[in-house]
Amino acid sequence: MGTETSPGGPGLLIIGASQAGVALATSLRALGHDGAITLLGDEDHRPYQRPALSKEFLQDKVGKESLIFRTAEYWAEHRIRVVQGERIVRIDKRPDGSGIAFARSGEVFTFDRLALTVGARARRLGIPGADLPGVLALRQADDALELKARVPLVEDVVVIGGGFIGLEAAASLATLGKRVTVLEAGPHLVGRAVGTPTSEKLLQHHLRHGVEVLLNATAARIVGEGDRVVGVELAGSASRAGRVVRADLVLVGVGVLPNTELAEQLGLAVDDGIVVDERAVCSDGVTVAVGDCANLPNPVPGSQPGDRVRLESVNNAVEQAKVAAYAITGRDGEYAGIPWFWSNQGSLKLQIAGLSRGYDRVVVREGEGTRWSALYYRDGRLVAADCIDHPLDFMAVKAALAQGGRIDPDAAADATRSLKQLTRLPVSA
Amino acid sequence: MTSITFTDHLGESRVVAANPGDTVMETAVRHGVPGIVAECGGSLSCATCHVIVDPAQADLLDPMDDMEDEMLYGAATERSATSRLSCQIRVGEVDLRVTTPETQV
Repeated sequence: MGTETSPGGPGLLIIGASQAGVALATSLRALGHDGAITLLGDEDHRPYQRPALSKEFLQDKVGKESLIFRTAEYWAEHRIRVVQGERIVRIDKRPDGSGIAFARSGEVFTFDRLALTVGARARRLGIPGADLPGVLALRQADDALELKARVPLVEDVVVIGGGFIGLEAAASLATLGKRVTVLEAGPHLVGRAVGTPTSEKLLQHHLRHGVEVLLNATAARIVGEGDRVVGVELAGSASRAGRVVRADLVLVGVGVLPNTELAEQLGLAVDDGIVVDERAVCSDGVTVAVGDCANLPNPVPGSQPGDRVRLESVNNAVEQAKVAAYAITGRDGEYAGIPWFWSNQGSLKLQIAGLSRGYDRVVVREGEGTRWSALYYRDGRLVAADCIDHPLDFMAVKAALAQGGRIDPDAAADATRSLKQLTRLPVSA
Repeated sequence: MTSITFTDHLGESRVVAANPGDTVMETAVRHGVPGIVAECGGSLSCATCHVIVDPAQADLLDPMDDMEDEMLYGAATERSATSRLSCQIRVGEVDLRVTTPETQV
């Protein structure tokens, strides 16, 4: 599997000029991999970073150039061929992993080995009015550009979905002076990714900054006049059903779907993402898949065998890309560190270390000023922390988890004590 | 146009052209300077763009805020007296000299 691509051959074709695709190409060159690399994207943009689209870019705090990953000189100097605006619609692959990819344009790309860094796409709402102009998702640069173009023209925004993207955008739009209402279908904000105490903190933060938040609230339809959005009609309980929340812009942030179509067409195993092993290698034993599109063995040290996750994060794209680069160059090397995430929502800075799912105990630490953190334990072991404006706790927990360390929950409950000093590392051989 | 000199922990230097107003981190990443990881893209969330500023130039920079200071306590390589997160350093008119630490993660 660790075979280098053939000298002078077409080399590695990376489909998806995403964070994962860029990280894979640059990791390979950093490891001294000499074979040809083509990094192919379907957008008409140079490879760019997404996280700021809902935050600094939306608020005009950073410009487009700041989002660009690498200079043209970098790509040329490192002999990475970057192709824009080509969408692969079909792939023929031989058992050895080489093959031909066909683009919608008619262009053809041959490869010795294939990497899928195809990411995920925004889930669409299946309700009447969801296709009206003014109903937007926020995933790609073009989405952000359209949103930015409309922002000066609107006053009332409804954000459907109280997850990271929805809340980041809601806070950005509120900062820009818009009246913002967030509809969250579940009982908690960001219920999928943070613990309940953190959801409560986020709710208080957004309410305090003038964002209206409706929990357990779903949209029945988007109301239009002509081809213009004017509101969102609520579904659900009798008291709310039929109520229309004014909106001249609707932002839909109800999660993503991994792009698995090419993998399915290739006959690769797919189960909530493209199934890969701990080396990011797919079920055919040669193709690699990295990033939001991949379903991987849980990389947290000490995870149950067979426990699998799909991680939507920059950190995972970068770390998994390194593992894939080791596999492609025939090196040994494991997934480093533990999953971590961040989300800036207005003035609030959330940093998450580890995966809190399945926790059975929470320790909340109220620090100085706005500093706050929640440590999550399962079976007496620290598994994660959600930290708000609290880099010291975040960095301490991230380091402890990565090294298999323990932090006593009772001692941690005293917020004046340093988690770094409370960390007990395993005795090494 | 000014320049930034990045020296790695083994002493090897490379000089990169920089635009005033950009951050030192952005400049490094765009040119693929090894030793700067910058996972979070400059939102002060990851402490993987740690640099040690030439002590002779440390006073030329705006002082750091509490968040940056606290992040540096968790950096993968122990901080030094003139450690900074390069995402928080704006390129100005001065040709800066920084050293990258042995590891960022």
